[in-house]
Amino acid sequence: MILNDLIQIKEKEQAARKKIVLRCCLAAGCMSSDSKGVKEQLDKAVAEAGLQNEVEVRGVGCMKLCCEGPLVAVDPQDQLYVKVTAENAPSIVAALKGGKAGAAQTDPKAAFFSQQFSIVLANSGQVDPERIESYIAVDGYQALHEVLHEMTPKEVVEAMVKCGLRGRGGAGFPTGLKWGTVAKSPGAKKYVICNADEGDPGAFMDRSVLESDPHSVLEGMAIAAYAVGADQGYIYVRAEYPLAIARLQVAIKQAKQMGLLGSGIFESPFNFNVDLRIGAGAFVCGEETALMMSVEGKRGTPRPRPPFPAESGLFGCPTLLNNVETFANVPTIYRKGAEWFAAIGTEKSKGTKVFALAGKIKNTGLLEVPMGTPLRKIVEEMGGGAPDGGAIKAVQTGGPSGGCIPAQHLDTPVDYESLGKLGSIMGSGGMIVMDDSTNMVEIARFFMEFCMDESCGKCIPCRAGTVQMHHLLDQIASRKATVRDLQKLEELCDLVRNTSLCGLGQTAPNPTLSTLRFFRNEYEVLLQSDPHGPKTNGAVKS
Amino acid sequence: MNACVAKPQKKRIQALLEHASGDKRFKILEVHMKKHQFRQDALIEVLHKAQELFGYLEDDLLLFVSVKLKLPPSRVYGVATFYHFFQLKPQGEHACVVCMGTACYVKGADKIIDAITQKYSVRPGETTPDNKVSLLTARCIGACGIAPAVVYDGTVTPRATPESALQQINQWMKK
Repeated sequence: MILNDLIQIKEKEQAARKKIVLRCCLAAGCMSSDSKGVKEQLDKAVAEAGLQNEVEVRGVGCMKLCCEGPLVAVDPQDQLYVKVTAENAPSIVAALKGGKAGAAQTDPKAAFFSQQFSIVLANSGQVDPERIESYIAVDGYQALHEVLHEMTPKEVVEAMVKCGLRGRGGAGFPTGLKWGTVAKSPGAKKYVICNADEGDPGAFMDRSVLESDPHSVLEGMAIAAYAVGADQGYIYVRAEYPLAIARLQVAIKQAKQMGLLGSGIFESPFNFNVDLRIGAGAFVCGEETALMMSVEGKRGTPRPRPPFPAESGLFGCPTLLNNVETFANVPTIYRKGAEWFAAIGTEKSKGTKVFALAGKIKNTGLLEVPMGTPLRKIVEEMGGGAPDGGAIKAVQTGGPSGGCIPAQHLDTPVDYESLGKLGSIMGSGGMIVMDDSTNMVEIARFFMEFCMDESCGKCIPCRAGTVQMHHLLDQIASRKATVRDLQKLEELCDLVRNTSLCGLGQTAPNPTLSTLRFFRNEYEVLLQSDPHGPKTNGAVKS
Repeated sequence: MNACVAKPQKKRIQALLEHASGDKRFKILEVHMKKHQFRQDALIEVLHKAQELFGYLEDDLLLFVSVKLKLPPSRVYGVATFYHFFQLKPQGEHACVVCMGTACYVKGADKIIDAITQKYSVRPGETTPDNKVSLLTARCIGACGIAPAVVYDGTVTPRATPESALQQINQWMKK
């Protein structure tokens, strides 16, 4: 495979493009509402109407507005049909020849779509994730070619530093710095791992990216491998995402057949193979050292750092570990240039972020916005606010490691620093909206129960602390606690946060602390008077 | 698993291998291990396959894997018990998995569980006495846009309610 072949495939694919394209969402959300049946019916209707030469029915990835699925988009008429069923799908084909379709439409220019800025999701809902040609037609794998033939690994790392991309897994570590460290580490064998163990309940960005555009992740990994000098990659993906696993398997196979993975890629001396590793349901495996243990086929328990994975990671070799979204950003950065990317977002947080909007909100689904976009814009303008006229009470970001941002702080811009100041974190991008019917103590207890179940048991603060904190929250929720229990809870939160081994324990108190910070009154009304304590409730020094 | 008792275990392994030679599923599992070149780091992949073939991981099956991959039984057992996905007990004919991710929880997944528990007196992780239905929970299946989601035998159902869940289980129970 050389550049000419790539361009030939692209031209062939573009020439084969038909006048009208019906894009039918085949991501997991819509699939559960029988979008596969919809696609079959569309195919059948096109064949029956004899429109095969004019109309293409393409199965694509996520089209973002998951709550209205299954979605069918019509190009170039720019129509978007919602809640399509197998029964009314043929009427969409009939409507192409005039007439009215039986399915409802939504405005593709509504704020939910028009305010998005797509880098990671640019191909999502456009390309057929099961055909590599479809990805090549939108300039796929060109960045890899350019990097391999026109840049040295050092220049690749420098460009990554310059663009200012930060890890999208949650912590926001500068990606360029990480690549540079791995590149400098001595060692003949190095590894690149893609963390697709999206464990945060309420987050589904990585699932959508893998299901909708798997090749962008593979291309990003290959570029990273060239930069750091690795020849083997692993994608660690959750067993809960069977469709993402299947699409990745197809994508890896196709890329290998075309010589875009394997040995001598683009007739250069660069070799790179990717293997899948399937998780088995352990939240702690999202932590990098635990993830590597799991890739090695062991119990996924974390270990102390240093040594950092960049020096001694998988099988004791230098290892680069990035999130799905981070890798998905990479091809576009090299295609459009580091300066272009650095111009998007805020001073310290560059580029865009994909959020999975869910919970008590009108428009649930995926959205990608530039860093620094105010929360209010995401939730109220794009998300459409709470359904049924309710009021938004808080927005939860960062899952069980994050916190709740109350309604009065909705004007906060979303970037790593601003969310950190409010006691929450950017996290991987799950955003759960809560309305005034949500009980915040229950939410804190829910997350603590999650952390208690998922604690791996290696270090005592997390193993024992989460159980005790859950017990205290249980007592408070069932109106059996006193002000002293609340005090004990706060002390424990502090202890677990500062003494746990890994990120799971260190962040487990976050939901409790942030709800205590902004919704303390909800805790206090549940407290009982303490028969053995001071007479006035709340007079105890905390 | 009596992993530390050396002598009885030898006999047990012999009996196990004899039994395994007559069961086709063990052969398929061994082919799968061969595909991974009997590499010890493929243990999780092998256990996935074993669970797919047998439905759950019984002690003898874990011992078989440990013998074939030349791993101590403690290591295999340790991994099998660490990950939530692996089941060490037989499951019911049908599986009803209620997603308990945050989005589903906020939208009332706990009420679905409560309703099922009340009517059929099975708690999450348990199977009905007639071995028909297992009630399980998941830690987010990533279907947050269509919450609350329930998975009936591998089919994801969007926007479930206590009523729809009870109806589905009722259908299974009748068969």
